[in-house]
Amino acid sequence: MANSYLTSESKKLATWYFTVAATLFGAQLLFGLVAAIQYVIPGFLFEILDFSVARMLHINALVVWMVFAMFGSVYWLLPDETGIETVGIELGKLLFWVFTAAVTVVVLVYIFVQVGAADETSIWFIHEGREYIEAPRWADLGITVVALGFVANLFMTGMKGNRSGIVTVLMADMIAFAGLYLTGMFYTDNITVDQFWWWWVIHLWVEATWEVFVGSIAAYGLITMIGAHRKVVEMWLWIEVTMLFGSGILGMGHHYFWIGTPEYWWEIGALFSALEPLPLVAMFIHVLYDWGKMQGEESAKGQDVSVITNKPAFTWFVLNAFGNFLGAGIWGFFHTLPQVNLYTHGTQFTSAHGHLAFFGAYATILIGMMYIAVQGKNGIKVLNNTTSTIFATSMITGGVVGMTVALTVAGYVDVLVTRAQMGATWAGYFDGQSGAWFAQGMDWRLVMGVVTFTGFFFLIKDLLTIGKSTNHVR
Amino acid sequence: MAKKSVWSDNRFWQRSAAWITGFASVLLIWLTFDTSGQISMGNDSDLKNGVTKRVPGPTVINYKITYEMDKKRQHEVPVIGEKEKFFGRDDYSEEEAAKLLHLGKLGSQTKNCMNCHTLLGNGAYYAPDLTKAWLDPAWGPTGSMQAMTGKSTKEEAMAEFLQHPSQYPTHARMMPNLGITAEEAKGLVAFLKHMSSIDTNGFPRNFGKIQGAVNGK
Repeated sequence: MANSYLTSESKKLATWYFTVAATLFGAQLLFGLVAAIQYVIPGFLFEILDFSVARMLHINALVVWMVFAMFGSVYWLLPDETGIETVGIELGKLLFWVFTAAVTVVVLVYIFVQVGAADETSIWFIHEGREYIEAPRWADLGITVVALGFVANLFMTGMKGNRSGIVTVLMADMIAFAGLYLTGMFYTDNITVDQFWWWWVIHLWVEATWEVFVGSIAAYGLITMIGAHRKVVEMWLWIEVTMLFGSGILGMGHHYFWIGTPEYWWEIGALFSALEPLPLVAMFIHVLYDWGKMQGEESAKGQDVSVITNKPAFTWFVLNAFGNFLGAGIWGFFHTLPQVNLYTHGTQFTSAHGHLAFFGAYATILIGMMYIAVQGKNGIKVLNNTTSTIFATSMITGGVVGMTVALTVAGYVDVLVTRAQMGATWAGYFDGQSGAWFAQGMDWRLVMGVVTFTGFFFLIKDLLTIGKSTNHVR
Repeated sequence: MAKKSVWSDNRFWQRSAAWITGFASVLLIWLTFDTSGQISMGNDSDLKNGVTKRVPGPTVINYKITYEMDKKRQHEVPVIGEKEKFFGRDDYSEEEAAKLLHLGKLGSQTKNCMNCHTLLGNGAYYAPDLTKAWLDPAWGPTGSMQAMTGKSTKEEAMAEFLQHPSQYPTHARMMPNLGITAEEAKGLVAFLKHMSSIDTNGFPRNFGKIQGAVNGK
């Protein structure tokens, strides 16, 4: 941190979080690539690093890098929003090292130990084998402590300093985020009960608290980057919270169609999850409207300059507006009704939706926050694009969109052959998997995965060097 | 001062957010209580007295399970029939069956099944869905898997495959050896049999019902 312009300890801590987040993002893409290769070349790393291990690392790295980047984002914006230094910053730094060390140990165990005997020790020390929340129980307890420490810092700072609407929303949201994690930590022999509570973590995180978090970050970004009026932005934020929680909490029903839960979840799930895209439309309009409004005000003054003070970050924020609506909204909606979901559930459609939704809704805006941090750290007034920015943005976005389309095509084969024609049996499954459209879909997914991974290297290069570029306004 | 519209008033939206979130949360919690009652596991006397539970007790392994169309609900439901031998016995006590199911469910997690297969439709899509795997014709008396393993019953064929998966390649994409012991395999098969008896509201549709749809089989 030799030539850093950062005077706030909270912002320094944020840059640490962003560094680990970016590293884990790379790990996510690497293991995703391994899994993608295994679809095309089934013998690749067989019984060395099997698909199950590669995929577990792929999705766990995804969740953890996003959590790191979320914590980083909050530590970054707290001094701006509250007007004071984060209270308990030393605790924050200590927890950062605890969190990073714990994640490292967990990853090493995933890679080198992989599976254990069917007893409680494996659950405590290897992994829990429950998609997305595989972390062994010792790490679960550690993560809870880290999350509570983070929430404590947020609350102490929010209470002491100037509490803006954005901070108020974050305070409510992050306490829910930490609390929900607790519902996924117990063991039961009843797999229906297991999955019922598992969704309390997965769905209520991703489709409720994370989305509200994104709303808060988008609000902060619009104020910081284009000078949007706080009152207008915060009004939109409250509208989004109303709609996101109003649809997302009961939208949980769409995960309760087929796991052994009562049939009334069909109607509840269908209705509320059909409403889930609405707030995403609102977020989309909000970002573009505010941008047009601020630029229009500037033009009215006869000024012919862009109102955007951070071009790369703003590009990622706009991609978030599009990506969230497309990936979470459209791709989510088209298989959310039970009549359709009966056939599409558990197919590559889900995978297509997952890829575009996680990228569009979360990866984009968090990468945007990393660029905001780079701007602040280097004391730049207007951060412009470099060639690497353009390569990174277009290759990562193009790659993910390409993967989504490829997986959607593969999903059609799953649904038509495996499910509709063959009645979902073992033989039907492999008939579907051997289909030409399926195989080509997986080939294209791999190609697009390589494009994304290449884009990642441009992104890292850009984040590390853009601060030294000379085309910025300092 | 100009008259302000309620629609552009932050306090109005803040209150709306609080009320709607609160209302949705209360509704979810209420529904959770109702659902929890309906998805709790049954017991041996339910099975003996023909009481239908969405998630039957572990002793369901003593019975034959089929997946049949329910005229009233208009989709297939698991039907628990007469007694059926499971590893040579049909008299597992509540404790014995519960112990096997515990071992199997625990094993499904420690062996990381869900990161290749799907369970109740959730998980990865790299390997077949296991929701109704117990009922899959491939493991039946005329099925390819039973023939390949050279066993005479479904459960023994499954247990054999689980212990030595790479000896029985079914596809270029193979299951790796996960160090599953004979006892763990027995537990896992019990877990699969139990899972097939869960009432999943008709998912997967037409499971195992379609013969000869593709490739003229």
